[in-house]
Amino acid sequence: MPKGIVVVDKERCKGCGLCIEACPFGVLGFSSEYNSSGYQVVYMEHPDKCTGCAICANVCPDVALEVYRQEPAKEAA
Amino acid sequence: MSVEVAIPEGYVKIFSKPRALSDAKYTYCPGCHHGIITRLVAEAIDELGILERTVGIAPVGCAVFLDRFFNCDFVQAAHGRACAVATGIKRARPDLVVFTYQGDGDLAAIGTAETIHAANRGENITVIFVNNGIYGMTGGEMAPTTLPGQRTTTTPLGREPRLHGFPLKISEMLAQLDGPAYITRQAVFDYKHIVRAKQAILKAFRNQLEGKGFSLVEILSTCPTNWRMSPADAGRWVAEEVVKTYPLGDLKDVG
Repeated sequence: MPKGIVVVDKERCKGCGLCIEACPFGVLGFSSEYNSSGYQVVYMEHPDKCTGCAICANVCPDVALEVYRQEPAKEAA
Repeated sequence: MSVEVAIPEGYVKIFSKPRALSDAKYTYCPGCHHGIITRLVAEAIDELGILERTVGIAPVGCAVFLDRFFNCDFVQAAHGRACAVATGIKRARPDLVVFTYQGDGDLAAIGTAETIHAANRGENITVIFVNNGIYGMTGGEMAPTTLPGQRTTTTPLGREPRLHGFPLKISEMLAQLDGPAYITRQAVFDYKHIVRAKQAILKAFRNQLEGKGFSLVEILSTCPTNWRMSPADAGRWVAEEVVKTYPLGDLKDVG
């Protein structure tokens, strides 16, 4: 299971590619999809590599990314 | 936000759109750092819990539609007059948190006088100054902050300082005055600098809440469209070239 999940709001994404450039693990890439404004949107090309660091969402100028991270396993009491 | 992917159990949301931002899509060009800076301001408003008593002043320029993006109250000032409008609102209603969000064509060109005098009076307002060295909205003309040698639509052979003047360093100018409490220059071309810029914006808002006076955060931004660069190249150009003319760091901080 990947540690992180990036959810792309396809209608907000403008396909600038800053998140692809910023991701330290090369998780994101351009998909073959276009949104209603004609922008080629990003998607998780290698979802298994995601650590949920949220750097992609921090550099996204259009607040198009939402990041989820796996909760650390709770230690037995 | 429409979530089409089912999130499995055991995952927690660690990043999403701040509450201070509305669902409206930005009108900025793809890859423009304006979007990051707008979000950082919204995150700061969220973290300080001041959304209900915040009033923003929108400039003339690419950020003119800020009232659509934010969930707080907004006034759209005449070109360059944001600091004057902010002064009026803050003096009439000191309980409100008042900030302006201006570009370099607005703050550093037509609005220079208003900005300098608001700073000199030490008005208790927060100013977010987005410097991309060009007039973005009107088609990429030379701004006072344009770098020497930089090509724009009105300086097609590059800015020649002897003919067009030198880059105007607003933050350095204002830091000489006795009025301002906090003057800093930041950038958002990578994650590390985004975190620092966020801290500077938070401090500028905290200064206002504590009544310390005029705080200005200059943030170096890109204009990929009018610089004729890809968004990634524009970010690198800020990191390598723009910071030589506009060095990053705090210029004045009375603590």
